This record gives sequence, C-alpha cells and structure tokens, in this order.
Amino acid sequence: MGRYVIRRLLQMVPVFIGTTLLIFVMVYGLGDPVAAMFGDRTPDPATAAQIRHDLHLNDPLWQQYLIYMQHIFKGDFGKASNGQPVTELLGTAFPVTLRLTIMAFVIEAVVGIALGLFAGLRRGRFFDTGVLAMTLLVVSIPTFVTGFVLQYLLGVKWGVVHPSVGEGAPFKDLFIPGLVLAGVSLAYVARLTRTSVAENSRADYLRTAVAKGLPRRRVITNHMLRNSLIPVVTFLGTDIGNLMAGALVTERIFNIHGVGYQIYQGIVHNNPPTVVGFVTVLVIIFLGANLLVDLLYAVLDPRIRYA
Amino acid sequence: MRGAKSAKWVVGAAVIALAATACSSSDDSGSKDKAKASSGSSDGIVRAWWGDPQNPLEPANTNEVQGGKVLDMIFMNLKEYDPKTGKANLEAADSITTTDQQNFTIKIKPDLKFSDGTPVTSSSFVDAWNYGALVTNKQLNAYFFADIDGYKAVHPSDDPGAKPTSKTMSGLKVVDDHTFTVKLAQKFSTWPDRLGYKAFAPLPKEFFDNHAAYLAKPIGDGPYMIASYTKGTSMKLVPNPNYTGPSKPKNKGVLLKVYTSDDTAYADLQSGQLDVLDTVPPADLPHVKSDLNGRYLNQPAGIIQTFSFPMYDPAWSKPGMEKVRQGISMAIDRKTITDKIFQGTRTPATDLTSPVLGAAGGYSATLAGDAVKYDPVKAKQLIQDGGGLPGGHMTLGYNADSPHKDWVDAVCNSINQVLGDNKACVGAPTGTFADFRNQITKGQMKQPFRSGWQMDYPLIDDFLSPLYATGGSSNDSKYTNKTVDNLINQANAEPDTSKAITLYQQAESQVIKDMPVVPLWYQNGEAGWSSKVSNVTENAFSVPVFTDITVN
Repeated sequence: MGRYVIRRLLQMVPVFIGTTLLIFVMVYGLGDPVAAMFGDRTPDPATAAQIRHDLHLNDPLWQQYLIYMQHIFKGDFGKASNGQPVTELLGTAFPVTLRLTIMAFVIEAVVGIALGLFAGLRRGRFFDTGVLAMTLLVVSIPTFVTGFVLQYLLGVKWGVVHPSVGEGAPFKDLFIPGLVLAGVSLAYVARLTRTSVAENSRADYLRTAVAKGLPRRRVITNHMLRNSLIPVVTFLGTDIGNLMAGALVTERIFNIHGVGYQIYQGIVHNNPPTVVGFVTVLVIIFLGANLLVDLLYAVLDPRIRYA
Repeated sequence: MRGAKSAKWVVGAAVIALAATACSSSDDSGSKDKAKASSGSSDGIVRAWWGDPQNPLEPANTNEVQGGKVLDMIFMNLKEYDPKTGKANLEAADSITTTDQQNFTIKIKPDLKFSDGTPVTSSSFVDAWNYGALVTNKQLNAYFFADIDGYKAVHPSDDPGAKPTSKTMSGLKVVDDHTFTVKLAQKFSTWPDRLGYKAFAPLPKEFFDNHAAYLAKPIGDGPYMIASYTKGTSMKLVPNPNYTGPSKPKNKGVLLKVYTSDDTAYADLQSGQLDVLDTVPPADLPHVKSDLNGRYLNQPAGIIQTFSFPMYDPAWSKPGMEKVRQGISMAIDRKTITDKIFQGTRTPATDLTSPVLGAAGGYSATLAGDAVKYDPVKAKQLIQDGGGLPGGHMTLGYNADSPHKDWVDAVCNSINQVLGDNKACVGAPTGTFADFRNQITKGQMKQPFRSGWQMDYPLIDDFLSPLYATGGSSNDSKYTNKTVDNLINQANAEPDTSKAITLYQQAESQVIKDMPVVPLWYQNGEAGWSSKVSNVTENAFSVPVFTDITVN
C-alpha cells in the first residue's frame, strides 16, 4: 500500500508538468496582453516595450515557460494585473471556494445517498418514481437557470435570503449557492446509489446475511450500502475537482469571490499568471482527489488490494 | 484487518489535505470581522457597485473607469471638472497664469494637506508628474505629460530599446513651496484645463518612500480617504478631515463593493443590499424604471461609438471613395438601432464630440448635418457614384468578447437593406479584445472596424487631436489631412477659448467631409439607486457624484 501511494505520487509529476505546459501555451497563445491594457487607445510604444521586457514577452515561449516554472518552485506565482501577488489571491480565493465546495459536497453526498438508498429499497413504488422524475428534472435544467431563479424568488421577490453572498463568504450565506452547485451532481448520486442498491439487493452475500438472521439495519448499512457505495465514491471523488472548477458559474451568480471569479478576472484582464496559477492548483487538487478515491476503494471493498 | 490497514492511509492522506487547507483558513476570523465592519447602510454609508480596477491605484497608471472612480474621490487636482457643466475650475490651485500660452506659473493654495497630515506642496505635483512620465515606471498614462518640455528625455519614444537620459523633465521647476512653473514644448492655450485629469494628481511622500504600503492603501488630498481596502472585494471610504475643498461629502462614507456580475448587483439593488449601481444589465433595461420606481437616470456621457475605415488601404482611401464612406454613414438607421437594441441608452451622434461638452464647449447638434441622417435613396446613390463597395462587399470588424454583435449585425443589416443586397455587409468577429487591438495598431485591417472614444477630460480638443491629427496617439484609421492638422495647431495656440473652439469645429467639419470614421452614437451614463439614498447624479465621465449623495 505504501509503495502504491509513492508510485502514484511520482506519477503525478509528469502529469503536473504536462498540464501546466498545456495551460501555459494556451493562455500565452491568446496573443499579446499588452495591447488590451491601453483600452481603445494605441499603446505608447516606449511604455509597451518596457512592460513587454519586464514580463519576458519578447523571449520564445519555451523560455518563458522555464522562467515561469523556476519562479513557481520558488513559491512565486507572478502578479495579477492590479499588482497583487497571485499567491495572495490563491490564499484568499481557495478557502472561499473550498467552503462552497464542502457545502455542496455535504448536500450532494447526504441527500443524494439517502434519496438513492430509499428509492432503491422501495423500487417501483411512489417514492422511487418521484425521485426518478425529480432528478430527471434537475439534470435537465442548467445550473445558471436554477441559480438565477432561486436568487430571484428567494432573494428579490420573497426576501427570505440575501441575493448575494457577503464578504468573506460565511457558511450561513452559502446554503443556497451550495444547493445550486450540488443540484446536478446530487441527481447523479441519487440515481447511481439507487441502481447500485437495487442491483446488490439480489446479491448472494446479502441473502446469506438475511438468512443468518442479522437485523435489517445491519444488513442495509454494513452489507448492502457499503458495497453499493463503490461507484458512488468514484463519482463523488472526481466531483470534488469538478465542483471546485465548476463553481465558476455559481460564484458569478451569487457574488462569491472564489477560484472561479479569480480565473474569470484573469481572463477578462488578460493576465496569464492568474489563470495559469489557479489552474495549476486546481490540477493538484484533481490529482489528490483521484488518489484519495482509489485508496478509499480498498477501505470499502476488502477484495481490492494495492501492492 | 485489510480494510482497517488501508483506512490508515486514507486518514493519512485526508490529514495532509486538511493541514494544507488549515494554513489558509486561519485568516477566516479576520475576514469575518471585516464583513461585520462593512455591512449596512443604516450608518449613513452609501454602498455602491464597483468593478475590480485593472491596474494598481496609481494616478498615472489608471486609465479605466473603476480605478478612476476611487481616484476621483481621494484626489483634488489643481483643477477639477464641474459635475454638471464639465467646466474646469481651480481647486488645489490658487491661480494658473501665462503670458505666452507656453510658460505657466502655478500657485497652490496654502495649507492644503493629504489625508495622512503631510502638506501638499509644489513638489508633490512636480515629483508626481516626473514619476508618471519616466518610461521605466511603466505608467500607462505617461503620454499625458508629453506636452511638457523635456518629456523626450525621460520618455524616449521611437526606439523601444532607448534608455531615458534624465529622470526629471526640464520644463518643471519648483519656485517655492507653493509655486512652480511649467514650460511646454509648444504653445497650448487650453493646457491648464487638462489638469483635472487624475494623471495630474499630487502624490504624498509615502508614494515614493514606501510604494508597496501606498498601493495597499492609497493616500490623497481629496474629499474622501480610504479607511480599508480588501483588494478584489471592497473598499471603504470615509470623509477626509483634512479636506478643505468645495465638495465636502454629504454622507458618512462610501462602501465600494466588487461584484462578480451585474445581474447579481441588480438583484442586490432590488432587495436593498446595494444603494448605487452605475451599470444596469442590458436585459433589465426594459423594466428598470418600474423595478426601481423611477430611481434611474440615463444621461449622455463623454463616450462616442464609431467605426473606422482603414485609410492606409487604397481600396478604401483612393479619391472618390469619400462618397462611398459618406453613403455608408447615411445608410445607417441610427435612431431605430439605438431605440431597439440599446433601449435608449445610446443617443444618435450628430458630430464627433459629445453632448457633455455643451454648446459652449464645442458640441453641436447640427455639425455633421446630412452626413449622419438616414437617407436610403441618397445613400445608395452616393455609394454607386463612388464606385460601389470595394469588391462589392464589406465586413465590419469587432471583438467578440464584449457584447458588440447585436449592433454590428443591425448596422450591417441597415446597409444591406439600402443596397438591396443581403451579403453586402457582414460582421467580422475577432476572438479577444487584445488580438483585435493588436491588429488595429499594427495597421493590418483591410475592412472597417468598430472603434470608440471615451474622453479623458471634457474638452473638444480631446475628441479631435488624438483621433484625427496626423500621427495622433489613437488615430486608428491612420487618417491624415493637412487642413485638419493646421486648424488643430492654430486652435491649440489660440488664447481666446471661443475662437479656439470655432477653429476646432472647422477641423471637425473637414473630418466629417472626409469621413474616415463613421460617427454612430453617444453612449449614455446610467445609474439606478435604492430608496435609502437620494441626490444621485452623474458627472461627465458617467461616474456617480458620491460627495452629493445623501442617505435617508
């Protein structure tokens, strides 16, 4: 197991270098960012030349990438267009998005698995049909529609909650955004759990457990649910990354100054260090979440072993 | 057992992940306190929409509205523009005098102080201007100092590799604490009226001594001072106790809140979480007045939208083509487009300036005359007389990362209907603004492209010299006409303002005749406000006049 973890960690290195290179090339390939700094005005040639020189924009792309990576290993992610170090932005934006992600993740896992479990146990009954219909509805509505509708109804029309999230994104403000962000994934989790539970309820080991005379509670939680959760855990694990990256839309709607907002600002202000820096950290999170999922398999299913 | 052993690894990984996030969550309590400190308008504070400034908040480095909004509040320049008339009035200056339109003596009011208590002296201005002009400081507004004698030495322009030979401009001389002289490179009678532009703001000692601390919390001599600034999120401004100028704040402060999107800000405004919003989302324009019970204003701003012909391409500039260019202008139904597409937030253009200048300042409702009137018959006739569109069709270039597609398509549609040809004009999007601007500045355009101008200061000169003089800093179409150049130079040297304006207008008429740029419409400034505030107005730069706003 230890060797497996080390091997996986080593494998992350080439993946990390590859993805950052790709992102770097794509972002810097967008064209000269200096022209946009001057608005509708022709850049003053001397000032523009000075800026280009200081940002190494005159060097070939591979050299720029090397310089960038050198700085990254020294902990310097460059500067945003307003002169703020990107590391500072990372430090303020990631905790905010992480809070939103945790909120969404808890909603999605708890509500999704519960709905799926009960629907799976009551297959074909009214509750099951209801869950299927509801999740179908949620999956088919894009996030920004649910976001705007909930914001308008709850925030503007009925005045139940503030339409936007306050400064520092406290947890109490994050419930509605979390719900919106979790929506689609919640539907998938519910459906995945339902199918898995339905399938496992006919499994041999379950019949044995019932025949042994174990209490129903124990049969369901220890035998049925634990085995049914394997595909769900895979989904949830990869979804952590998706939630963080996909928060872009939700963050924009609810005025949450997290990762999505900073990446968007980086693109709007034509500031490559912000975009590359944030995406790089997202890549690391994706890799970490995937490793965690693979390790969780072994916990859930004793038959899976890593050597 | 197996399961338990692997669980250890999972827990280990989870601990590492949590530890990694723990370092960053330590500042949570801090940001929560801030959230508390900056909430609510019940305490006499105006909560206003804000966009994240694009550049650090240095006066000579801020060339967009959101940063400008703050600079307007925290600085008092030698002259300031009257919010209603746009007229430049003396504020920090006691007097600005000249005998030859080239050498100016500037006297500053005594006893002016920055919000940190240090005095405003003549070197506060001279040092700030020298800093702004020096090429190695990379200030985006450096060219504003280009009229001052000695600019070339601190800002060698033509050769990108050239090093400055001096750190200060020879045209600026400190006489005593409250007097300094400015020598311009050539005569320029209306130059003092430029001094209201924020690039000319004075800077305190701290700007030069501790630059990083200054940028974290800029200090000025204006009506407000910055109480706290969380970059990218919010800024709280309170009245500056050291301010003695004429626009004392009528509220207890302003909280600028950065929003991720206009739609969210609009929702906040409706639900009373925001007091002033100066960009109403286009989708909400049709019902904004009923949503806000009429608490909405829509007035002309110093922005004109146009499209330019590439005058460096013979296909568009050869003799006879001026008829085609004029015909195209007359083929555009400006009234319908501004009503239907912009919901009245644009006003059809009648000249090349802006209504905010006022008739006395050089704006004219008749100057362009028939050249901007929709006249399908005459338009078609002119285009045919001039030999038709080059190659039988044209494209209209725009950048696709801003909402330009709708009006570009409408303009093309209008031209197509006049010509009776569905393919005569089509829109030509370019992906990003940066790419679009690059192609324009490199002179690679073969077809007309969208252009626009937001004034730096409310003077007719700012709408003409940079755009239509030969080699002008924003002459995107590379238009050149000796008559125009001569008239602008005469106007610059003319000491009598009204005579100067007549000369500028003569130059403008010549540009309209040549039509290198088709005037489309003036962009309006707009603002909506909550029931908690009153007296919301906007100045000529379409920025709310925060000092006048009162909290109910």
